[in-house]
Amino acid sequence: MALLDTPRPAALRRKRRREAVRTLAFLSPWLIGFGLFFAYPLVSTAYFSFMKYDGFTAPTFNGLKNWTYLFEHYPFFWQGLRNTLWLVAVMVTLRVAFGLGVGVLITKVKTGAGFFRTAFYLPYLAPPVAATMAFAFLLNPGTGPVNHLLGELGLPQPGWFTDPDWSKPALTLLAMWGIGDLMVIFMAALLDVPKEQYEAAELDGAGPWQRFRFVTLPNITPIVLFAVVTGVIQTMQYYTQAIVAGKVASGVIGGSGQQFEPGYPHGSTWTLPQMVYNLGFQRFDTGTACAAALVLFAISMAFTALLLRRGSGLVED
Amino acid sequence: MTLNPALPLPAGVRTAAARTARRRAALQWVAVHSLAIAAALFFLLPFVFVLLTSVMSDRQALTSELWPTSWHWENYAQVWRTPGFLTWWRNSLLYAGLGTLLTVVSSLPVAYALAKFRFRGRRLALMAVVSMMMLPPQVTVIPMYLFWAKQLHLTGSLWPLLVPMAFGDAFSIFLLRQFLLTVPNEYLEAARIDGCGDVRTLLRVVLPMARPAIAAVALFQFFYCWNDYFGPQIYASENPGAWTLSYGLESFKGAHHTDWNLTMAATLLVMAPVIILFFFAQKAFIEGVTLTGVKG
Repeated sequence: MALLDTPRPAALRRKRRREAVRTLAFLSPWLIGFGLFFAYPLVSTAYFSFMKYDGFTAPTFNGLKNWTYLFEHYPFFWQGLRNTLWLVAVMVTLRVAFGLGVGVLITKVKTGAGFFRTAFYLPYLAPPVAATMAFAFLLNPGTGPVNHLLGELGLPQPGWFTDPDWSKPALTLLAMWGIGDLMVIFMAALLDVPKEQYEAAELDGAGPWQRFRFVTLPNITPIVLFAVVTGVIQTMQYYTQAIVAGKVASGVIGGSGQQFEPGYPHGSTWTLPQMVYNLGFQRFDTGTACAAALVLFAISMAFTALLLRRGSGLVED
Repeated sequence: MTLNPALPLPAGVRTAAARTARRRAALQWVAVHSLAIAAALFFLLPFVFVLLTSVMSDRQALTSELWPTSWHWENYAQVWRTPGFLTWWRNSLLYAGLGTLLTVVSSLPVAYALAKFRFRGRRLALMAVVSMMMLPPQVTVIPMYLFWAKQLHLTGSLWPLLVPMAFGDAFSIFLLRQFLLTVPNEYLEAARIDGCGDVRTLLRVVLPMARPAIAAVALFQFFYCWNDYFGPQIYASENPGAWTLSYGLESFKGAHHTDWNLTMAATLLVMAPVIILFFFAQKAFIEGVTLTGVKG
């Protein structure tokens, strides 16, 4: 047996080659996908960011002009970046905090836990277009039930999606409605915290807040970080809700063709991904659109690098 | 140790300390459940208001009244009969159904290789998968659109959305790999000793064990396709015959400008399939969400 288990060099080489072929075969769908749908378009985006191209006539070299235009002359770049960063800062923070709160709450519920879990989770499943449509109705200043109820209570009735000061908070509210994914992740993490640590803390006279602060939080920090970083990356892509809310609230929607004021109202919901779409597909300025796409890429990859650090647990064995 | 107020304490422990503890537990029960009810209202009331508005008469839907004076379930039939609605429905099912199938079939072998094969560059491949997973679709959309429109002339159809799914989806690969890591190597060894090739091992040994993860991946992908707005907007918008529900819903609002009742009925009809699917596959779904995050 021992003899058979030690292959001769030639056989070993053959085995190695066979294994390499096997690995390549299993990976092949993704290797092709990676090349065709990631590497190629990425290089192409970089290429077009230095070209003048309207999608019809042949592209010509444009040097750094797209870039200087984007940063210095394009009137909507900084506004889009500011809005995106606002959403990243506020939306992610509130979503994670609220998701954690609801996660803690659901682990404490003793009666009707199944009902509450499903109720808290359900909104996460609502398709973004449908959910945005629903909120555009709920929050519409004319006949919406929310302002109706606020009025009954004698509270101020904001213009929500029609008021530039309230449109981003309204989107944030919509995002907080769908925290089902975070709730489940936090719930699982909270149930994993060793019981003995709570008992020890209690014996030491720690109150509920102190138990949360010194036992719960340190144990779930990796999950919180994971939620923050993936939240940031998702929010960098924030597109559908912003565009649908803007269209519904401005009253200008419909299929192709009809144009609406991007970022309605007053550019307050204008984000980087919309900029790429608007520049590339409505103004046919492919070069500048690609430059904006690369800005989006750079920021997203900076945060992805955080996820990929050794020890983050994401790409370990 | 937590005390359940509903359970009687054994005799002899009813000391003053135990009484305080019991009262505290009861108070906590009330506080927790009040909060839970408040939260449930926040999460469920939007659905309730949408449902109530969807059955109002055209005239009542223009007011800010909350409760329908008469119930018009025929609004749903009217939405259903809207030109295009059925086509969008069919396209959504096609996109989500076929997209899910393609994704699972193409992602499973990749995930298996990344989880169980040892080869040089494995870590790098894994990092590439995660980078792809985190890539905003807008970054690559312009060259991709030019490719589909100018080289292949396939825009205005669902092909540009479906074909990429036959080449592995980064998120599905990642999620399946996380699960496959937990499959003990002994099973694979045993299969190999029994003379199973790699493909047979994958199909006969790994596939049955990975069923929960595959179910979760399939659900996620189905939801992703069903919810996708950006993809159909880019590739299908020029041809209403290729629109999906998520994209068509918006134009429905455009056509029924002030009819919140019909728009809300359409909105619920778009939400319904995913919510029904969720109730059938709740467990697989929750397991899948947990799998994405809990590897700290």
